[in-house]
Amino acid sequence: MLSFLARRLGLLIPTFLGVTLLTFALIRLIPGDPVEVMMGERRLDPQMHAEAMHRLGLDRPLHEQYLSYLGQLARGDLGQSLRTRESVWNEFAGLFPATVELALAALLLAGVLGLLAGTLAALKRGSILDHGTMGLALTGYSMPIFWWALVLIMFFSVELGWTPVSGRLDLLYDVPPVTGFMLVDTLLSDERGAFLDALRHLILPAIVLGTIPLAVIARMTRSAMLEVLREDYIRAARARGLSPARLVFVHALRNALVPVLTVFGLQVGSLLSGAVLTETLFSWPGIGKWLIEAIGARDYPVVQNGILLIAALVILVNFVVDILYGLANPRIRHRQ
Amino acid sequence: MNTSSLASEPAWPSPLRDFCRAFARNRGAFAALLFLALLALCALLAPWLAPFDPAAQHRDFLLTPPAWLEGGETRFPLGTDELGRDLLSRLIHGARLSLSIGLASVALSLLPGVLLGLCAGFFPRLLGPSIMRLMDIMLALPALLLAVAVVAVLGPGLLNTVLAIAIVSLPAYVRLTRAAVLGEIHRDYVTAAKLAGAGRLRLMFVAVLPNCLAPLIVQATLGFSAAILDAAALGFLGLGVQPPSPEWGSMLAAARDYIERAWWVVTLPGLAILSSVLAINLVGDGLRDALDPKLKNLA
Repeated sequence: MLSFLARRLGLLIPTFLGVTLLTFALIRLIPGDPVEVMMGERRLDPQMHAEAMHRLGLDRPLHEQYLSYLGQLARGDLGQSLRTRESVWNEFAGLFPATVELALAALLLAGVLGLLAGTLAALKRGSILDHGTMGLALTGYSMPIFWWALVLIMFFSVELGWTPVSGRLDLLYDVPPVTGFMLVDTLLSDERGAFLDALRHLILPAIVLGTIPLAVIARMTRSAMLEVLREDYIRAARARGLSPARLVFVHALRNALVPVLTVFGLQVGSLLSGAVLTETLFSWPGIGKWLIEAIGARDYPVVQNGILLIAALVILVNFVVDILYGLANPRIRHRQ
Repeated sequence: MNTSSLASEPAWPSPLRDFCRAFARNRGAFAALLFLALLALCALLAPWLAPFDPAAQHRDFLLTPPAWLEGGETRFPLGTDELGRDLLSRLIHGARLSLSIGLASVALSLLPGVLLGLCAGFFPRLLGPSIMRLMDIMLALPALLLAVAVVAVLGPGLLNTVLAIAIVSLPAYVRLTRAAVLGEIHRDYVTAAKLAGAGRLRLMFVAVLPNCLAPLIVQATLGFSAAILDAAALGFLGLGVQPPSPEWGSMLAAARDYIERAWWVVTLPGLAILSSVLAINLVGDGLRDALDPKLKNLA
């Protein structure tokens, strides 16, 4: 197990270094002069321009620039936003819980409904229920979620007035941030009704972000379940007289979960892609909206290191999923 | 002279015929293929099919509802947008943009992807692992974010959208080709070709590549639909094809402000995206089932 861990960790480092190379190159590949781009279109006098180049270290040779960038990263210095003068790390850390809360809500929705739908479709294979569920799943998988969000807003917010259109909490409430998770913070605070309000804000974005993972999980569960139901141990369990519900939900589903979990891990990247769109649409103050706004405002330190942080996150989650998978399946652990 | 005896002979099993029969049996995929053909026709003939120039503004008819609704005009079957442009014409011209972005980005990522994948499979010592590490790095970034970053560097626009999407979808082709090559490379026919004196290039392109095509065709179909979705998402974020081009995603972005009073400008471009992506995915599922019968009953 230790050598497996070490091997996987060894793969992690070059990948991460590669990502730093990418984010380092990003800011230098911008056509034109980065200083002019950052300072805006107004004319700079040559001396100020040279000073800015020097301050940003852009007048040194490239390899020196890269090494000093790595040195900065190693010291935990991610630079500061050009707009707010706040450090990039602080901004990220402040907004990150909002994204996590949204993503967890979406995954919870997708996981529960997807497992249920996939299992039912597999059990009733070939029936109208199966065809209907899989048709819906393919539709969900093909969904342009930014449009799906607009349709849901149009119906539930504009037409019916059930849910708010943007943000995480109504301005009426004053909830002190403790954990950064609005659902937890509103419970901890003594504001009445704040929890329900936070829930109402969360529900539509969670549905939008959960749609594609839900479709993927439903399809995966169905195929994994069909595979497992053919196995001898299922027949043996049936012969022992186990009740159908116990057979399916205890014996079969547990074994069908392994491939589904892998897909779950692989979904983190696309979940973050979806979060960019969902947060922009619902004005959800998370890191996706933050990055898109930074790109719009040409706030390059935020773009550069925000992307780096997200990539690090994806690498880390995939690493953890890998390890968990290795723990569950010795065949993977011992493969060279 | 021999034709009669040939015709009565039992037909040899032909992979192509088997494939066509298997595909045609899948009614959903077949219908989707017909829909796509229709869409492609619309895209090709857009200037002649569309009733109006997609950029023409009819200032007296701002946000006219579709023809079948009260206040609708028969001249504008699907209504007009906030500048009085005919929605049907814009959707037809949008099909042109979306399909060509999809095709171009699939071509631009399929070719280098297959080449890199072949190299990664055939040179397992140094070149292979370095290519795969590079792909791992690209996979560490969420696709849309990587595309956004590429556009942030190159600037928005049609060509850069294609380029960004091609870059983002490259790793999938590389990994798939490499996996297929590794599955084939130790087969007997490859050894036989090697012993018969085939050079490395011949081994790569003539012996192995044709046998790796099935998963690549399926992946290319899925890549096509993903490209349309990503292009629309970039357009929606204002980073893709720029207005006034009738790109479906950027049409949706402009329609956001009219969500409370003109449902058609919001609903119709999205339906266009959804139906074309769904049709392509249905065809992809059908292709996978027809090309690889082993997978048929699984997914």
